[in-house]
Amino acid sequence: MRGRKQWEGFFFILPSLTGVLVFIFLPFLDVVRRSFTEVVSGKFVGLKNFETIFANSAFLQASFNTIRFTAVCIPLLVFLSLGTAVLLQGKKRTGSFLKSMFLMPMAIPVASVVLLWKLLFHPKGFLNGFLSMVGLAAVDWMNSEYAFGVLVFSYIWKNLGYDIILWLAGLAAISPDIYEAARVDGAGEWRCFFSITLPNLLPSLYTIAVLSFLNSFKVFREAYLVAGDYPHSSIYMMQHLFNNWFRELSVDKMAAGAVVNAGVILILVLLLQRAWEKV
Amino acid sequence: MKKIFQMRSLAMLLLALLAAVCCYPVLFLATGALMDSQELAESLGPVLKGSDGFISWRLIPMFPTLQNYVELLLDSPQFFVMFWNSVKLTGAVTAGQLLIGTPAAWGLARFDFPLRRILYILYIILMMMPFQVRMLSDYLVLEKLHLLDSHMGIILPAVFSTFPVFIMYRFFSGIPEAVIESAKLDGAGAVQIFLYIGVPLGAGGIVSSFVLNFFEYWNLIEQPLTFLKNRALWPLSLFLPDIGLEKAGIAFVSSVVTLIPAALIFLLGQDYLEQGIAAAAVKE
Repeated sequence: MRGRKQWEGFFFILPSLTGVLVFIFLPFLDVVRRSFTEVVSGKFVGLKNFETIFANSAFLQASFNTIRFTAVCIPLLVFLSLGTAVLLQGKKRTGSFLKSMFLMPMAIPVASVVLLWKLLFHPKGFLNGFLSMVGLAAVDWMNSEYAFGVLVFSYIWKNLGYDIILWLAGLAAISPDIYEAARVDGAGEWRCFFSITLPNLLPSLYTIAVLSFLNSFKVFREAYLVAGDYPHSSIYMMQHLFNNWFRELSVDKMAAGAVVNAGVILILVLLLQRAWEKV
Repeated sequence: MKKIFQMRSLAMLLLALLAAVCCYPVLFLATGALMDSQELAESLGPVLKGSDGFISWRLIPMFPTLQNYVELLLDSPQFFVMFWNSVKLTGAVTAGQLLIGTPAAWGLARFDFPLRRILYILYIILMMMPFQVRMLSDYLVLEKLHLLDSHMGIILPAVFSTFPVFIMYRFFSGIPEAVIESAKLDGAGAVQIFLYIGVPLGAGGIVSSFVLNFFEYWNLIEQPLTFLKNRALWPLSLFLPDIGLEKAGIAFVSSVVTLIPAALIFLLGQDYLEQGIAAAAVKE
């Protein structure tokens, strides 16, 4: 079948491709063009817009927060979900029941949990009530550095099940024969884990890390719904900044910002693509 | 051996606890929705009236009542407008995605035409872009097409999202070539093969894509926040957080009602949800 050119295939994708070009791709090329021009005059200004955003303290704050959030959350989530997946693997009844429970947060609408988050992290809320019970001082969760921790918690809560499923898929792909052979040679449980499971999961690791990174942009929803447009500076994310730029109609800054964001993600995705092909 | 067994039991216990934490919000919302206004006022007193101490919570309401549900039903016409907006947006987006995305995924997965490889990579790159990257370009297009402040302006860009194409592509690629070859020998054309072989055999992928995207669009926040100025067009996800705590009963009940469609899809489609997630993890 492969080998000779099959133009029918092109007709199947044509409606989708037209929409993608009109609504996503060509407009983005226009944004790239705008990132090198001045808004009012449309004159070419070279890298000036990029210089502006890299000197912009809000942009630096949002970039720093994104990097910090990633550096804390991704390792935490990846290892927590790996541990859970290894324990759940092979357990039929309890395993699938617990898996469902871990997946549940994915289905719970953000808007529905916001109510709980508000009552949990209110200065007079549940969490502080609990702290006072064990004799600790109350904390203003959303208006201090702790807001960052709240966001980390909410991200892990939402994504744990998703990552567990990804790890379980990786674990299922390892042939049981290898374990069988190792056990015959007298390898114990830990030895099997470090010498067989981990090395075989390495290709999955990169995929899971990238998907987790991309899902991390969605924490904006929780941050926005709980803390609004101007949250504590530790949880001021890229999307907050873009919303502010949008209100000010700073098209030049938005264009340059979008290009920088897209560039970083593009590099990550191309690396991911290579990892997929190597597997 | 015994030691390992004990450690495992302990670890499973910890996991069960963690799983309980994951699910607690559902229980919390369900109980809050059943509490009468007096019990809610008492429990949430410190937050509502600034009285001393911290809020307290009973795991099970003292006098369970449907009062809040009745109130929502009778006194909150606004809620139903927003609920309908959410249904309309989610329904139109997911239906459009299947209509446009299914053939596209089939074309990419089963034919070898020039540019196929480049288009596939383009689709993957586009699906990974977060809203902040697309925000300005979406705005420019919608402005040009006069679609700002309309549901169509939210629906159209979402219909052409490349994520559903990717999910279905993974499933269509898995159909054995022999099945298609034999249909060809029987004289089936490209469209017939797609409709009578591709769609039924790739149904799992189509459902997976629907389930994943349902959760995504039932939660829509960024797009309506940016492109819908008219609040009457807002979906539930933007409206709910606006209900103040002084109307705690209504806030709880509307949270539960928002949760119900998502919970149903989750219960019915969990297997497909898992397959859809795993589709990204395994090799081609």
